[in-house]
Amino acid sequence: MHHFANPTRFLRLADRIQPWAASLTMAFVLSGLYFALLSSPADYQQGETVRIMYIHVPAAWMALFCYTALAVSCAAALIWKHPLASLAGRATAPIGACFTLLALVTGSLWGKPMWGTWWVWDARLTSVLILFFLYLGYMALNNAFDDPERGHKASAILALVGFINVPIIKFSVDWWNTLHQPASVIKMSGPAIHSSMLIPLFLMALAFKAYFVWVLLIRMRGEINAMKVRALRMRQVHDAEQNRSTPVASEAG
Amino acid sequence: MKRKHRRLTFVGIALLLLGAAAALVLAAFEDNIVFFYSPTDLTEKKPGPSQRLRLGGLVETGSVKKPGGGIIIFKITDTAQSVEVQYKGIVPDLFREGQGVVAEGRLMNGVFRADEVLAKHDENYMPPEVAEALKKAGQWKGDGKGNGHTDKGKAK
Repeated sequence: MHHFANPTRFLRLADRIQPWAASLTMAFVLSGLYFALLSSPADYQQGETVRIMYIHVPAAWMALFCYTALAVSCAAALIWKHPLASLAGRATAPIGACFTLLALVTGSLWGKPMWGTWWVWDARLTSVLILFFLYLGYMALNNAFDDPERGHKASAILALVGFINVPIIKFSVDWWNTLHQPASVIKMSGPAIHSSMLIPLFLMALAFKAYFVWVLLIRMRGEINAMKVRALRMRQVHDAEQNRSTPVASEAG
Repeated sequence: MKRKHRRLTFVGIALLLLGAAAALVLAAFEDNIVFFYSPTDLTEKKPGPSQRLRLGGLVETGSVKKPGGGIIIFKITDTAQSVEVQYKGIVPDLFREGQGVVAEGRLMNGVFRADEVLAKHDENYMPPEVAEALKKAGQWKGDGKGNGHTDKGKAK
């Protein structure tokens, strides 16, 4: 990993991966949507409403995945002080926040026809809402300081503390009575979803994952460029100050 | 190298302590985190008529009655205990005998007067034909009876 912590090497690698991520996203989205909307059966209980699952579930998975990625990069930034690790955290957080919002909104739209309510304060829904606020808090804290280093450090600590919420979200449906149903795919007795519905679900999950890689690389490039611009500006200010101060110093001497 | 290791241990220990603290807090607040009580919880707790709470379980088969005026009477069961529920209003589409529901309201003289009924669905997803085939083969494990429309017809 140390090898790719160098921004130039990272950018070279990103250049090679990015077109692949983009075309994989397209391929998975198109095939996934075809299966999800046209070629998969309606559910025996929920009817056509079940199709919301193909957006809602992958979005919720990505919400947890992005937060885990955020926590790992924040840990790497705090412990090993990799220059790219804090940038990776900064690049990941808005993507994760969007996936979380998508999961919340689609879940609400799904809840109304199935449960009979847009929102309830059960353990699963509430913990996911907290996850959304954690993302927003991370982004706000990250930008709250004039010195970006201090912002990185403070927000990295927040992100690591908030990581405790990830297992709580995952197991909330097993630990407590909730209105949200228990896990369907990742469980001991194998998935409780028929294969004709698992195929579009996995295709959409892969599409979301490829999209994440694609957008993350674009955002990382932006963050690296912003860092370079900042370094150049700092040097300009530094040089200008030195030019001004040298003659003054000689006069005084 | 030394400082990196120290930071790693520090972060590791901090996260462990935090996890332990979170586990203790969640365990202490368990009563407030559960979304609903089961009929067994309710018979043990015996809440007063002023206490609003949620009751969850399965709609007992053969218990749904509609005396008219938009009132629906049914029993919520957890197979060990069951509680009679009275509700006036429209129940969600998924509501039927054998289906998981959560009712919100008050317990008065052993009857639960609900002002909101939510349906809870299970984690099984399959096409209707597969559900039919499973039932025919006697392999059906779900709570619901499968086809909601026929059940609703029977309930009336």
